[in-house]
Amino acid sequence: MGEITNQGIQPGGIGIDLSQFFEVFFEEAYENLASYESMLLEMNLEEPDDEALNAIFRAAHSIKGGAATFGFVDVAELTHELETLLDLARRHELQLTTEMVDCLLASGDALRAQLKRHQSGGTGEPTPIDHLVSDLRRLARAQAAVAGATEKNAAGAAGDDRGNAAVAASGERVITIRVGPNEEGFDVKSLLDLFDEIPGMGKASLVTGARAPSPEFSDLTVTTASADSDLIDLFTFYVDRDKVTIMQCLAPPPPAAAPEADLGFGLFDESPASTQSQTAVAAIAPTSTQSVPATIAAKADKPAAAAESTTLRVSVEKIDQLINLVGELVITQAMLAQKAQALDPNQHSGVVAGLTDLERNTRDLQDSVMGIRMIPMSFVFNRFPRMLRDLASKLDKKIELKTSGEATELDKGLIEKITDPLTHLVRNSVDHGIETPSDRIAAGKAPHGTITLSARHQGGSIVIEVRDDGRGLNRERILAKAVEKGIPIPDNMPDQDVWQLIFAPGFSTADVVTDVSGRGVGMDVVKRNITSLGGTVELASALGQGTRVSVRLPLTLAIMDGMSVGVGGEVYILPLASVVETFQADQSKIKSLADQGKVVQVREEYLPVRPLAKLFDVPYPAVETSRSIMVIVEAEGKRSALVVDELIGQHQVVVKNLEANYRKVDGISGATIMGDGRVGLILDISYLVA
Amino acid sequence: MLSILAVDDSPSIRQMVAFTLKSAGYNVIEAADGQEGLTKAREKTVDLVLTDQNMPIMDGITLVKNLRGLPMYSSTPILILTTESSDEMKAKGRAAGATGWLVKPFDPVRLVEVVKKVIR
Repeated sequence: MGEITNQGIQPGGIGIDLSQFFEVFFEEAYENLASYESMLLEMNLEEPDDEALNAIFRAAHSIKGGAATFGFVDVAELTHELETLLDLARRHELQLTTEMVDCLLASGDALRAQLKRHQSGGTGEPTPIDHLVSDLRRLARAQAAVAGATEKNAAGAAGDDRGNAAVAASGERVITIRVGPNEEGFDVKSLLDLFDEIPGMGKASLVTGARAPSPEFSDLTVTTASADSDLIDLFTFYVDRDKVTIMQCLAPPPPAAAPEADLGFGLFDESPASTQSQTAVAAIAPTSTQSVPATIAAKADKPAAAAESTTLRVSVEKIDQLINLVGELVITQAMLAQKAQALDPNQHSGVVAGLTDLERNTRDLQDSVMGIRMIPMSFVFNRFPRMLRDLASKLDKKIELKTSGEATELDKGLIEKITDPLTHLVRNSVDHGIETPSDRIAAGKAPHGTITLSARHQGGSIVIEVRDDGRGLNRERILAKAVEKGIPIPDNMPDQDVWQLIFAPGFSTADVVTDVSGRGVGMDVVKRNITSLGGTVELASALGQGTRVSVRLPLTLAIMDGMSVGVGGEVYILPLASVVETFQADQSKIKSLADQGKVVQVREEYLPVRPLAKLFDVPYPAVETSRSIMVIVEAEGKRSALVVDELIGQHQVVVKNLEANYRKVDGISGATIMGDGRVGLILDISYLVA
Repeated sequence: MLSILAVDDSPSIRQMVAFTLKSAGYNVIEAADGQEGLTKAREKTVDLVLTDQNMPIMDGITLVKNLRGLPMYSSTPILILTTESSDEMKAKGRAAGATGWLVKPFDPVRLVEVVKKVIR
């Protein structure tokens, strides 16, 4: 193990500004952290997989290397401790325990915080890591002590290569011993004096200056031929055993004139490079034979080379700009197509054929560009194993997480917005759904609860499910709570409607408010968030069997299937997902109610009538037609009948944000540019039915 | 122009090394692990190889051993970039046939100094 110096990196004479590599380093470090975390969570402590142990070690090692190079000393310090422990683990010199994994995970969190802080320019409080560092050292040391003891029993057999690595020919080695945290009044000098008093123990000096540890610790550089255990015995004259750490073995003191030790590099004096180059090997290999295997190798390894260049980091802004431009192109194309309809196809066959090609290419281009923003659901799912582990231990429950369809892709914007609602649903399942192991056994179930997260495409939507095999929703309790809240309950209310009650604001049937589900957001917020993304939530539950929550979302927010309707001279777009049906209403079916305005009878139901022309003050001919066209729309479980003049058609529209381009308007959720170049406003159905 | 093969699994370190060496006037070929390094070294014979030790798929020591087995790399200088400066590591590097080692972290200035020293 190398030691970490505190020296900052100077840009130096050739003027390389290291900060240009910071972003790449951060990205890479986060990726390493994510795999570090997921591999730790998947680790089977009984029979750890060698490859996984190596990979975890490598992740920590890689972060450390970068952090040290780019001058993030605190990150390097913590990863150094991680690396020490993980190195012992991968060499099978210690067995990972649950405590160690906890500590390694907590350190991962701290690393993330440290990285975030550096990424934002180093502002804010530094993350405290002292407790983690001392825990990691204690865990590594406890095992090192065991290893040390066996080594001693083996009477100096070459066991622990770390321990022996630095043993010089004379039997002397140089080690650093850390003492601390020191109590007040402790004088490290007393330890130094010990070495003077007891001959044969070696020489000790205090590490000072830049390489000294934090004030509550003292580092001693000891040149000694004594065994670790003897040194520790010596130290325990003055300090507790658990405050002594043998940190690492340094190389034996270099000969006085060995400049490489200072340079941090060296050349092997007897490298084959100098000896073998004189042999006939080079002469035997004529250029022609060299070039032939070279080309073969190039062919054989093409896939590997191609795989390396398959990803490219691009900022989200650039992609969004691309999407916007493609959106404009789609609009222009639609406009041209509309204009071309007036042309005689026989006279302008070239133009018409060209426009057909343009339409196809534009659509393909749009699909490809939208595909760039798509990221797999694993981005969301990956955060749950850790969360479940923490929640399960907090609630004393045993939970297994199953996921499927992680590769299902969803728009990045949606992924970000769906994360919180999904997290809430999973928490709910853990807290209210899954029973304690004893309750489960009593109910004849396996002590392990299972939570299944799945994602799949269905038509133009993605369906995400959170399923648990817990106690299920309690119909009686929900009804009782509804009565208590003053919500009117019809007799024999179907289950499906009962479950919908839990989406009412402030509705919670939890007996005890736990700090897991807490008060915070309820199911109403979950539902509102999902609805605002153009999605729906459905619940299914069976008492004692479990609960399933299905969230259905559009694949992207940028394109929407819309129905355009004409009112006066204006065109409005209704999101197709919220349109239930359209019909021509007979005047006889329309009734006026004193308190609700007009209602229309549709089969057995009376729906409020909302004339769009009145709502939006569209100049309207005063003539009342005997039959008006109505569109029934639904949002958040409520329906209304909108009165329009004409139904124009259905098409995909590119959604433009109205707030960004104009300002927020009640009843309007966005705008789009129509094929003829006019702006069409997209109606906010949840506002209209409220 | 002299060519250097830089092998490291960390993109940031690789970029830093490549940028530094390019600024110093070398042609730099990058590889993300030992296997890829070996492939690229076969495609084009380089004048110096810089390799990390801890990498997935193929580590640095194995890469050095493999390179030394190729006629065109029998005398090419190879440096191992490592955070492990122990004798054990050095012995392994020497046995594999590396020319020398460079301890991480290093700054760009030192990297160029060392490279100038060993490249011919």
